[in-house]
Amino acid sequence: MISHAGRAPAWTYWVVLPSVILLWALAAMVLDSNLLPAPTRVMATLLDEAANGQLWYHLGATLGRVIIAFSVAMALGTAIGLAMGRSAVTNALFDPLLVVLLNLPALVTIILMYVWFGLVETAAVLAVVINKVPNVAVTVREGARSLDSRLEQMARVYRFTRWQRFREVWVPQLFPYLMAATRGGLALIWKIVLVVELLGRSNGVGFQLHMAFQVFDVATILAYSLAFITIVQLIELAILQPLDRRANRWRQPGVAHA
Amino acid sequence: MLDLSIEPDDHAILGELSARVSPGDRICLLGPSGIGKTTLLNAIAGLDPGVAGGVRSGDSSPRIGYLFQEHRLLPWRTLQQNLRLVGVSGGEAEELLMAVGLAGKADYFPDQLSLGMARRAALARCLAIRPQLLLMDEPFASLDPDTAGTLKSLIQGILDAHPGMAMICVTHDAGDAETLANRLWYLDGKPARLQWDGPVESAGAVRHCLDGLRLGARA
Repeated sequence: MISHAGRAPAWTYWVVLPSVILLWALAAMVLDSNLLPAPTRVMATLLDEAANGQLWYHLGATLGRVIIAFSVAMALGTAIGLAMGRSAVTNALFDPLLVVLLNLPALVTIILMYVWFGLVETAAVLAVVINKVPNVAVTVREGARSLDSRLEQMARVYRFTRWQRFREVWVPQLFPYLMAATRGGLALIWKIVLVVELLGRSNGVGFQLHMAFQVFDVATILAYSLAFITIVQLIELAILQPLDRRANRWRQPGVAHA
Repeated sequence: MLDLSIEPDDHAILGELSARVSPGDRICLLGPSGIGKTTLLNAIAGLDPGVAGGVRSGDSSPRIGYLFQEHRLLPWRTLQQNLRLVGVSGGEAEELLMAVGLAGKADYFPDQLSLGMARRAALARCLAIRPQLLLMDEPFASLDPDTAGTLKSLIQGILDAHPGMAMICVTHDAGDAETLANRLWYLDGKPARLQWDGPVESAGAVRHCLDGLRLGARA
């Protein structure tokens, strides 16, 4: 049995987070203010919102925007990253633009999109996409640069079609990069979507946060935040981790001899 | 009949080079190390963007099976999937694996195999496309003598079973040339040219190459 020096025992997971919640509960008790509701009150608010359907409606609206923006950003970013990683000329042409976009604050894009296109759904999603595409492109570019030229030659000798080359040779090599872009992407995108909703949409978690903010309803703010954090964790556990395991099956140890 | 012609490349590794290869020709390509033998194989396979030319069969480019030094199977695909990717059915894949002594290994991933087995799997892929020309880059390199011996008799058997297939095999070892080849190429010079092209039956040809390789002791 190989011991993993970096691996901590399971109980460590149950120390810091519960302590924070305990501290929160204590502070709420001591302060006894609406501005810091107790964890139990946040939970009650969450259950209320779930029961009257508001929670699902707004979560659904936000999740829909996240999924659309994420899909478009991943597809565009991957295409741009591949093109830049495979061609020095393309890279030199677009790199300055990439640097500008990477440093453009999300808020600026959102405001500009709303100003130019109005407070419409397309503007909202477009703003998120523009924020995310450069990150995906940079990550995928790294992957494209590290593609194994020996497998490339093999694919040429055996006359792989373009599609086979993409699916069988490139995607598996890009997989770790795509996963990194996906994880970073989800974390970033849903936060930007909330800002987009807060500034110019009439539904979604961001809109609800906006409403709650106007009446200083901290319990609702925390309830919605918690709900969305849970959803993102579920995506990680139910989709991303199984995908990781499936894609890494071929790395299993065990060597046959003859 | 295959026509091979190579124009001098950008890096001046290969000089001008032309030869005709007949079906059934078993060519061993010898030459000092670093002279450009692998470059020549890549050029023949059309893999070197810096080299104009390659191999033609009349008006078309022939089917080429290339046994690289590394197996170059897709590590994330099983042997069966790797073979099916070049166009054979599942049943044919099983047969090919059996032919190279890998029966029952269809569902293994390449990295689960030893070096010798992986090379045999790669050989099965070469055969899967029914090649007119089989290129091999030092097929016995870094194998222990037993494994190399097994692979050598396997390749001999395959060559016997495919009399119409031509072969070009890069090697350092004169013994390989004597057992596998009926024709010898000797590549040398800067830029490299074929300094010798002759039948392997001629003892003089073998000795010439061996002298060139400074392995005279074995002749």
